[in-house]
Amino acid sequence: MLAQQLANGLAIGSVYAIFALGYTLIFSILGIINFAHGAIFTLGAYFTYTLMGLQFGFNGLLAQQKLPFGLQFWVALLVGAVIAGLFGVFLERVIFRPLRARGADPLLTLVASLGLAVAIVNIIQYLVGAETYSYPSGVALPGAPASVNFGTTEAPVIIRTAQLIIIAVAVLILIVLTFFINRTKTGRALRAVSEDATTSSLLGINTNQLIRLTFFLSGFVGGVAGTLVGLNVGITGPYLGISFGLKGLAVIVLGGLGSIPGAVVGGLLIGIVEALVPSSLVSYRDALAFAILFIVLLVRPQGLLGRPLIQKV
Amino acid sequence: MNDFINAYGFLIISLVLQAILALSMYLPLMAGQLSLATPGFYAIGGYVAAILSVRTFLPAAGTTFPEPLQSFVMWLGTVFPATPQGQAFPVGLLLVEMLIAGVLCGLLAIIVGLPALRLRGIYLALATIAFVEIVRVVSLNLPITGGSIGIFGIPQPYPTKFEFAWIAVPFLVIVALFVYRLERVRVGRALVSLREDELAAAAMGINPTYHKVLAFTLGAVIAGACGALSAHFINTWNARQGTFDASILILAYVIIGGSRTWLGPIVGAFLLTALPEVLRGAADVQGIPTFLAQFLKDGRLIIFGLLIAFSTLFFPQGLITPNLFKRRAGSEGER
Repeated sequence: MLAQQLANGLAIGSVYAIFALGYTLIFSILGIINFAHGAIFTLGAYFTYTLMGLQFGFNGLLAQQKLPFGLQFWVALLVGAVIAGLFGVFLERVIFRPLRARGADPLLTLVASLGLAVAIVNIIQYLVGAETYSYPSGVALPGAPASVNFGTTEAPVIIRTAQLIIIAVAVLILIVLTFFINRTKTGRALRAVSEDATTSSLLGINTNQLIRLTFFLSGFVGGVAGTLVGLNVGITGPYLGISFGLKGLAVIVLGGLGSIPGAVVGGLLIGIVEALVPSSLVSYRDALAFAILFIVLLVRPQGLLGRPLIQKV
Repeated sequence: MNDFINAYGFLIISLVLQAILALSMYLPLMAGQLSLATPGFYAIGGYVAAILSVRTFLPAAGTTFPEPLQSFVMWLGTVFPATPQGQAFPVGLLLVEMLIAGVLCGLLAIIVGLPALRLRGIYLALATIAFVEIVRVVSLNLPITGGSIGIFGIPQPYPTKFEFAWIAVPFLVIVALFVYRLERVRVGRALVSLREDELAAAAMGINPTYHKVLAFTLGAVIAGACGALSAHFINTWNARQGTFDASILILAYVIIGGSRTWLGPIVGAFLLTALPEVLRGAADVQGIPTFLAQFLKDGRLIIFGLLIAFSTLFFPQGLITPNLFKRRAGSEGER
């Protein structure tokens, strides 16, 4: 029973983790929280759905439409995530860069990203309606069983294939991203910019290009996370990303704002804690992450792995 | 005139109530703190009024509260005897509910605000988002708030919706006057100095945490009282009244209207609350293409979102800026 819940928690927690990575990447570079990230996450799920050549529902401008071709799931996932990443770059270009150029208050940037999130979510609803979409079952691994029992027949630990795929993809993304940030030249430059943007630009680092790259990476992992959730529970409508967007806040505060390992640890912890909520209190589960956020603010505002806040004049 | 009031009475009172909420979000923003908690306190205020009026003061009451709350409610019941069925709900009782809701929300704001406001930066925004979500989830699950159905049949003090103006308009005027005066006294200037530069303000002897908690609490009191009034006005109250969406909407009033002076949030709330009606009207105009008419009807929130996002670029201080007053005031030479 415990093992079963831990496994469920691990699956949802790894989605939280890679979702929160998108927040953290941008926060560590720009010191802002991009609320549009939840909307990009949703977009990623819809992009994959569209690219697979699946048909839209009865509502919205694109009712009953579909692409003339259909990509295989994994290709669609990759292309969809790239488009989501490019969309992030686009948002950076039209909103965040002009705001940065004007030296806007971080609060104003936050407000702008909230506005973008509202606009994107409602554009999705306007185009394809609010109904639930789901990828055809077994599309990720054709021929694989829907679930695997890792326990014994007396004490079953049933893990669905979709959950296994989520964990595997999340681990893959984490390994690649960690390698990229810690071992490559561009990654080192990224860390330099997050340390101090002005100094690193004086040292010949093209900050604007790196910020674009950050928005691309953030959108990309957001898009992948969206598709993975779509694979697990279906695309439950344009508001799919909102609850993840809000819980993601709790994740990054718990892990420490701007800390990449923190986002992973925070995501897994919140996922597991949520899975351990007893069934009698299950209706309060959605409030749990936010209660954790409050406690962290009270006890350890820099989060588990964040650096203590330093006030600079 | 009567036709106009019949058609738009509800809208007019909504404008006033939304303007009050906008001012409640503006108060913490005066001190440079982005708080999205207003809908949370608004929801709590509404539940206070709904529970008190439906479950306690009315003959069908059956709810018991934990002590000492129960004795207090019983005492209130003796001061304000229950309204017989079919009669108007006493206005005095409504005012008491607004007071209770305001005080309760104020106390809660201190508890919620203190941990978040010790810290600088975006922590208050995060904590208040968490607060609104917790309020929503808890109110969806408690028996006393009516679960997902909510509380309905909240008694009406007036026969028509427009007559709520007797309370709503003076309420708005008082709040607006209060904020207007606040901007011109010592405490208000301390708040503004915190917005401009917290470290410098602290160095000048202004206690940042005290003033930030004060602004946040004042906002909460106003939102709570407004919620109590709204619960009677809307007649039903449920968990959909205080959501993250509502936070963004109220934030939009302040950002688009203007976050630097008391008039901005009011203008913003008026404009954006009336906008759907205007868009609906625009969609009915003869001769515009159908797709545009359709977009004006259904794409309201798209327009809202884009307005919020791009107004931060083009009107970073909102439509109403302090400079506007300066030019108008001309040679008075106060500043």
